[in-house]
Amino acid sequence: MTHRLSPFLAVMMAVGYAFLYGPIASLVAYSFNASRLVTVWAGFSTHWYVELMHNEAIQHAALISLEIAVTAASGALLLGTMAGYALQRYRRFRGRALFGTLVTAPLVMPEVITGLSLLLLFVALEQAIGWPRGRGILTIAAAHITLGTAYVAVVVEARLAAFDRSLEEAALDLGARPFKVFLVITLPLIAPALAAGWLLAFTLSLDDLVIASFTSGPSSTTLPMVIFSSIRLGVSPQINALATLFLVTVAVLVTGAGRLMRTRDGGR
Amino acid sequence: MSSPEPERSAKAASYLRIEGVGKRFAPGAAAAVDGVSLDIAAGEFFALLGPSGCGKTTLLRLLAGFETPDAGRILIDGVDMAGVPPYRRPVNMMFQSYALFPHMTAAENVGFGLRQDGLPKAEIAARVAAMLDLVKLGPLARRKPHQLSGGERQRVALARALAQEPKLVLLDEPLAALDRKLREETRFELVRIQQRVGVTFLMVTHDQEEAMSMASRIAVMSDGRIVQLGTPQQIYEEPASRFVADFIGAVNLFAGRVAGAAAGFLQVDSAEAGTTLVVEHAPLPAGSEVAIAVRPEKITLAPASTAPNRLVGRVRGAAYRGEASTYEVELAGGKLLRVTLPNTGRRTEGYATGQGVMLAFAPAAAVVLPP
Repeated sequence: MTHRLSPFLAVMMAVGYAFLYGPIASLVAYSFNASRLVTVWAGFSTHWYVELMHNEAIQHAALISLEIAVTAASGALLLGTMAGYALQRYRRFRGRALFGTLVTAPLVMPEVITGLSLLLLFVALEQAIGWPRGRGILTIAAAHITLGTAYVAVVVEARLAAFDRSLEEAALDLGARPFKVFLVITLPLIAPALAAGWLLAFTLSLDDLVIASFTSGPSSTTLPMVIFSSIRLGVSPQINALATLFLVTVAVLVTGAGRLMRTRDGGR
Repeated sequence: MSSPEPERSAKAASYLRIEGVGKRFAPGAAAAVDGVSLDIAAGEFFALLGPSGCGKTTLLRLLAGFETPDAGRILIDGVDMAGVPPYRRPVNMMFQSYALFPHMTAAENVGFGLRQDGLPKAEIAARVAAMLDLVKLGPLARRKPHQLSGGERQRVALARALAQEPKLVLLDEPLAALDRKLREETRFELVRIQQRVGVTFLMVTHDQEEAMSMASRIAVMSDGRIVQLGTPQQIYEEPASRFVADFIGAVNLFAGRVAGAAAGFLQVDSAEAGTTLVVEHAPLPAGSEVAIAVRPEKITLAPASTAPNRLVGRVRGAAYRGEASTYEVELAGGKLLRVTLPNTGRRTEGYATGQGVMLAFAPAAAVVLPP
């Protein structure tokens, strides 16, 4: 049975949605605008998408962003899985509470602080041991791994909390050694959470501007940085088109991550 | 059904030997398992019976190697299991939740252990097929666990536990997750399979009916200890304590004091019964406090006027159960008794609530227990 909304609630909901999604909808709509002016509608066109295809600066930035995002997501997956596993499986070890707090702290840390402190760390490291030499793709990826690890750890920990330990015990009982059990039982069963965690970390990295700005170098301008800097020079509908593509990518990935996180054992 | 043969089992070389095993989960906490010793012979169907929290599942997990004992030894086939990890023990366990691997088919589940043993593929396939036939699941081999019913999953779990041909299989509440009718059918099925394979079964259950109908011997556990060990009949007819009498089936207990003894009979004054009861028992010193236990089905209604242990009461409630009816009878002193009468005829007249009745039980039908 559907529940009828009172007129007041319906209006409030419409206003709320309009406030949230109106600007995004207009951004998408104007990416198909034939006019050069963002505020004047002059008919439908995919002109700006074509132009985008020929903009080498943006393509270069997109490739850098992808490279960083893949590296960061993979690194975060590895570290976050280990952190989540440790937090869920080893209920008691010295410093567990501190470890748990530190792993998840980047979730609530202001990005400006994270970015600034990482910048200071990279500079200090370069002076002390000569590595990393300058800032660039490597430092942005390292910064994004820091952020992504927290998300992956939380997702993996939640999945393991719902995991039936007797499955692992059954495998041990049937003669599989502990590492084999992890490979053939635990890993396949938490795979949806791992995929979801990877997608989350990938998305975070892809749309991060603040931390990337702090930790980037001269040759490592990411896509969000390109968008941000080009807006200051005046908005081109090309940016609308780029933002639309971006939006679609992120929406697809986040939806995919959400679906994977809801996947239950055997419920395929 | 297996016939209880405690004498033979006791003489046969024990396959599983548990010596003074104890387990405490935290220092200072109550012991989950407290000085348990047991000998189980090869081929036995043994049940650990007790209420939840009595330590029976912990004992099973100690045997499987998921927990390590704080005290005592566990010997399987003469080999001390101390320090032997679960994946090297000649024991397989059937889990209460079945613990079937959700990402594998029924056949892959059954073959999991064989793959760990590194058997050739053809042999694995043959053994898996034979196991699935044994539990009558051949046609469902390619189904995933979530495509199987509860009863089918239970049989996959059993086949998986038997596939490696262990000498000892541990079953943790094997029937608890099944509905009542299926549970009763499966009891016979489990016993049949156990006898056919010739394997030793050690089952944990909280269901006394299940333990009695399947096992050849039962150990009743309470608070981490074994309080009685015996055949189902011994446990039911000769309970060693009030706890066992009360936990296994229904029982009526009369508190009393020994008044005298003569010729193998004991006279017990019981205020609750409102009379002096006569029970068959070796002499006890006069004045000792005892409890007299009588099973509901061993009480008769409307006895002959010469019968011993005659009690006067009034029916307070009646429950028709098909094959028998259970009455709640209140004695003159307020004591409530439970009486079960078989419904031998189709038109057996029951007793109505409020009706005054006369009850009695034979001196040999009662058991004398410590108070």
